[in-house]
Amino acid sequence: MEKFKNITAVAAPLPEVNVDTDKIIPKQYLKTIERTGLGKGLFSELRYNDDGTENEDFVLNKSQYRNAKILVAGDNFGCGSSREHAPWALLDYGIKVVISTSFADIFYNNCFKNGMLPIVLDETEVSLLMEETERGSNATLTVDLESQEITTSDGNKINFKIDKFLKHCLLNGLDDIALTLEKNSEIGSYEDKIKSQRPWV
Amino acid sequence: MSKSRTIYDKIWDDHLVNTNDDGTSLIYIDRHLVHEVTSPQAFEGLRMTKRKVRCPEKTLAVVDHNVPTTDRKNGIEDEESRIQVEALEKNCKEFGVEYFNELDIRQGIVHVVGPEQGFTLPGTTIMCGDSHTSTHGAFGALAMGIGTSEVEHILATQTLIQRKAKNFRVNVGGTAPDGVTAKDIILSIIGEIGAGGGTGSVIEYTGKAISDLSMEGRMTVCNMSIEGGARAGLIGPDEKTFSYIKDRPRSPKGDDFDRAVDYWNALNSDKDAYFDRDVYLDAAALPPVVTWGTSPEDVVSINGEVPDPEGIDDEIRKETKKSALEYMDLKPGTKIKDIELDVIFIGSCTNGRIEDLREVAKVVEGHHVNENLNAMIVPGSGLVKEQAINEGLDKIFMAAGFEWREPGCSMCLAMNPDKLLPGQRCASTSNRNFEGRQGFRGRTHLVSPAMAAAAAIAGRFVDVRDFVK
Repeated sequence: MEKFKNITAVAAPLPEVNVDTDKIIPKQYLKTIERTGLGKGLFSELRYNDDGTENEDFVLNKSQYRNAKILVAGDNFGCGSSREHAPWALLDYGIKVVISTSFADIFYNNCFKNGMLPIVLDETEVSLLMEETERGSNATLTVDLESQEITTSDGNKINFKIDKFLKHCLLNGLDDIALTLEKNSEIGSYEDKIKSQRPWV
Repeated sequence: MSKSRTIYDKIWDDHLVNTNDDGTSLIYIDRHLVHEVTSPQAFEGLRMTKRKVRCPEKTLAVVDHNVPTTDRKNGIEDEESRIQVEALEKNCKEFGVEYFNELDIRQGIVHVVGPEQGFTLPGTTIMCGDSHTSTHGAFGALAMGIGTSEVEHILATQTLIQRKAKNFRVNVGGTAPDGVTAKDIILSIIGEIGAGGGTGSVIEYTGKAISDLSMEGRMTVCNMSIEGGARAGLIGPDEKTFSYIKDRPRSPKGDDFDRAVDYWNALNSDKDAYFDRDVYLDAAALPPVVTWGTSPEDVVSINGEVPDPEGIDDEIRKETKKSALEYMDLKPGTKIKDIELDVIFIGSCTNGRIEDLREVAKVVEGHHVNENLNAMIVPGSGLVKEQAINEGLDKIFMAAGFEWREPGCSMCLAMNPDKLLPGQRCASTSNRNFEGRQGFRGRTHLVSPAMAAAAAIAGRFVDVRDFVK
């Protein structure tokens, strides 16, 4: 997994609650057997018109947000399906950080498996950043994981919380499976114990 | 460990392999269900790192999302769908995982198949790369949806890295009136707590209205836990649970079964166990409900009307709900019973089981589907289909003008050819009314099987209680 340390980029506003994973990446894109190339399908039902041309009203199609790498969204972002295609699509498009007041658990988890950083802030902080994003490419945000700090272009600072283990994995780009396989003998002893205690399992 | 514990606490404790100082834990996974959409990249990951499936015998694969629900003998026409299905078959063969293909009578939606085969057992941890894995919690199992990276993690290690979630109790007391089903109960709960209400929690459903439910009804309730934001929903196991499990192909037999029942009985939450949050609903006061918007939290009584978002304080929420109304082409104040429909979909992992089909048959027998709409019934599995045929339900459905299909996920998420056309309005027994979920620009109203059946006859929403009278 790629490491995540910090990023300075344009942030795009998505002032909507319950942005679901069907909206992030509609099902027709789930037929792939690859992890890559999903960026073209990101928000596709909002991003494109019926004839395949771009919908000019959609935020990521506006010139000031085309290079956005950060999204600021409403409550319960990423709800719905467990499809990891949602973070894959965001990442393939170039978005590495999503900021919201809350995330659906599975989506939140999936982000960390892909070197992406979902950040939970309180309502006032998200509103402030939402306003900040209205300034488009004139306003970039800097997100630093080590110091757990977001800095706006005016120099305002907002701190965020993050689980210690998840932070460590993200900063070092660690592979979960390799970490777990180091505990192989503990897994083996657990299995032996279960064979006698709950043989029906 | 003398402290009082919830069923979630107990299952968690019994599956801990290891806990770090920071609370991050490695938990053992007893059962892993696999389907074709979220697994190809996981198997590919194993190949690239030269890893094996640690416990193939604890893994069961079935094809469900992509399969057509019409005759399958000549294979799958859609090339991408076919490739994905073939990839699952090939991966299962290579890694030694048991696989039910699209022509196997045991094939069906993964969350219908698990319980049917006795693969789903109380007190086990069950994971699947599908958010509706919460369904299996109906048996008192800890069942959660996971992403593809975690699918790979389980395949390779038979464990998952997790932090413990909070305990959230939803107590549904009283007796549900006739016509108010498990679907109405869970939709009402989601309406109450909101689509993100259960985030970070495991919900335990308790109370008379929950224990009154059949296993099928309990699965409907637990299935939609994720629609309320909870990764898992649980119902303590009881005699109904045990008799459902007994004599299933993979359930424990003989002495093992008796020993298992003792263990399962002891799993139930202790009387004074601590819950981080409690919500109470009175089932006796619930009506049959319908969703009006594009989130499962947008719930209203069949006798109600489309609400006006102008009353919402929060700006972002207000705008979201206004745009949902625009998408649904509905105006505030419209009576739910005045909404006319184009399509009826009965099926899915929420409501594609035998009891659901019986409910539908009870309502539609002797009637005919309204001439202005199309109605289809998709059984949850080949075995559900066979059972329905044995009971003569198929004849009732076809005489009433329903299409009677082959098992699969079908129009619940429309990855196969079963899709709404742009602008079509559907009464659906599935679990999500998201924009485009059942087809590009399609409009979905979530309801119970009985309500969908009554709507199929009337051509618009009706209160099934008036309809049956």
